Amino acid sequence: MEAAAAQAPAVRVRGVTPGWALAAVAFLLLALVVGVAVGPVDLGVGDVLQSIAAKLGVPGVHSPLSPTAEAILWDLRVPRVVLAALVGGMLATAGATYQGVFHNPLADPYLLGVAAGAGLGATLSIAYLPHTLSGHELLPLAAFVGGSVAVVIAYSIGRAAGRERDSATLVLAGVTVASFFTALQTFVQQRNTDTLQEVTSWILGSLPNTGWSDVRTLAPYVLVATAVIVALRRVVDVLSLGDLEAESLGIHVRRVRLALVVAATVGTAAAVAVSGLIAFVGIIVPHAVRLVVGTSYRGLLPLSFVVGAGFLVLCDVIARTALSPAEVPIGVVTALFGAPAFALVLRARGSRA
Amino acid sequence: MSAISLERVTVTLGGREVVREVTAEIETGDWVALIGPNGAGKTSLLRAVAGLLPCDGSVSLEGASLAELGRRERAQRLALVPQEPRTPPWLTVAEYVLMGRTPYLRPLAREGDADHDAAARALSRLDLDELAERTLGTLSGGERQRVVVARALAQEASIVLLDEPTASLDIGHQQQALDLLDALRETEGLTLVAAMHDLTLAAQYADRVLLLDQGRVVADGAPAEVLTEEALAQHYGARVRVVTLDDGVAVLPARRASV
Repeated sequence: MEAAAAQAPAVRVRGVTPGWALAAVAFLLLALVVGVAVGPVDLGVGDVLQSIAAKLGVPGVHSPLSPTAEAILWDLRVPRVVLAALVGGMLATAGATYQGVFHNPLADPYLLGVAAGAGLGATLSIAYLPHTLSGHELLPLAAFVGGSVAVVIAYSIGRAAGRERDSATLVLAGVTVASFFTALQTFVQQRNTDTLQEVTSWILGSLPNTGWSDVRTLAPYVLVATAVIVALRRVVDVLSLGDLEAESLGIHVRRVRLALVVAATVGTAAAVAVSGLIAFVGIIVPHAVRLVVGTSYRGLLPLSFVVGAGFLVLCDVIARTALSPAEVPIGVVTALFGAPAFALVLRARGSRA
Repeated sequence: MSAISLERVTVTLGGREVVREVTAEIETGDWVALIGPNGAGKTSLLRAVAGLLPCDGSVSLEGASLAELGRRERAQRLALVPQEPRTPPWLTVAEYVLMGRTPYLRPLAREGDADHDAAARALSRLDLDELAERTLGTLSGGERQRVVVARALAQEASIVLLDEPTASLDIGHQQQALDLLDALRETEGLTLVAAMHDLTLAAQYADRVLLLDQGRVVADGAPAEVLTEEALAQHYGARVRVVTLDDGVAVLPARRASV
């Protein structure tokens, strides 16, 4: 028995190999440093790093920054960079999850109508809630509720209609609900043209300068959603064999898919609520990771989080510096820089194969 | 004890009975070919036996009622090789075969040594050691078929259902695949039930043939008993000659009906 096991080939699963894990984390750290160091006020990379070290309690290190600079760093830049990382990581992980669960390489986190629902919620709150401070405070909640309601409706329709071809039906239901909510959103927007610009800029996505409050709101959603998804990452690979085969291997497909879709949707809705509809991250990051690392979902899901976080932090740096002091909507940046970068990855991959 | 016991199994899809009152006992170690014209209910019957389609009547696997088995218990007894298995191109052969261990793992669990050993044995048994690190997208059709069978083997289920296992293979690879399945049946003690289109291959490899037409079993027995010119004309609407060879019967299509 032992002899047989010794002769047998090693069955290796490429989860996250140490090399790639290190590369991804290095990319994220680099992005974080660039994110906190770059801004309208030049704080100096060295001083920023010392201030961070001091904050982390490294003995003998004291922050060289002035109280004002310290405030800019810790109350403006760091929370914004952390927010970008949370949103980027969540969107990329949710996108990869949807691609696995629906066996569809074009799936993105907005597949089941989160974006359209959140768009309607946000538009309603901009158009009809009093334009006071509280009106803006309610926007994330309205977007979150709108996004969740859209997905619940899509899921109910898909479940009622679909039997055997469950996941395809769900996707169709998502497309249907998304079209309907987008139509409602356009209707509301046309009736309230004075708010057009505000709605448009929300739809293109942008990260707010709200300090730590949005980070505190978003972090629990992102951490729980990502933990659920990463814990189930082996099963996502099984689901990628299709519903029938996953079922024949003893997986309770509906239950597992529901858990994954709820986690990905709640995380996405929370991210969208604070940042608007940032396009492209959820679809491009998982594909780029797969093209470079070539791994199963087991490795793809955690790597997508790390790379997506770094990617959005860098995009945000461009968004706030390109036309400084004005900001470019970050959704424009993700597509404008993400698309060519992705094309390069595709090309490099093509010439290697 | 029968490996599979079917009693008045009826499958209804979209209001239509696609499998009607099928009753059969399949013994451990049997090789049963499920034949019948397109739409006869072969795939639906296989899926019902695998617990993937709801059915009326009763299905028992190794004496245990299918309805009372948990999903993972069922998958530990029975493996299904679908007609067109989905083989994500980025997975390696080893990763894919290891998925055969899914029935032994709770959703949050990771594979242990026993699972790695089982997958390694399945790879060796199918001569896939060399291919273990290759990705599925780089394999030929014949190699892919072997990998799918390896996954079923890693599942360590004693009953294997195959839906047209040779549909996409050329004649040489068809024979290789069937020889392999036959060898595995002997060494691993498997019970095989395969839906098959090629009647000559069905006759050569199976000990028993079940002929389905419009959801009903219309003939059941040794290949030479079931595969008659009259039966095939009646149920397939086909003009054929059945020729007796020294190792069984061969079914040949004929341009004109025999006189």
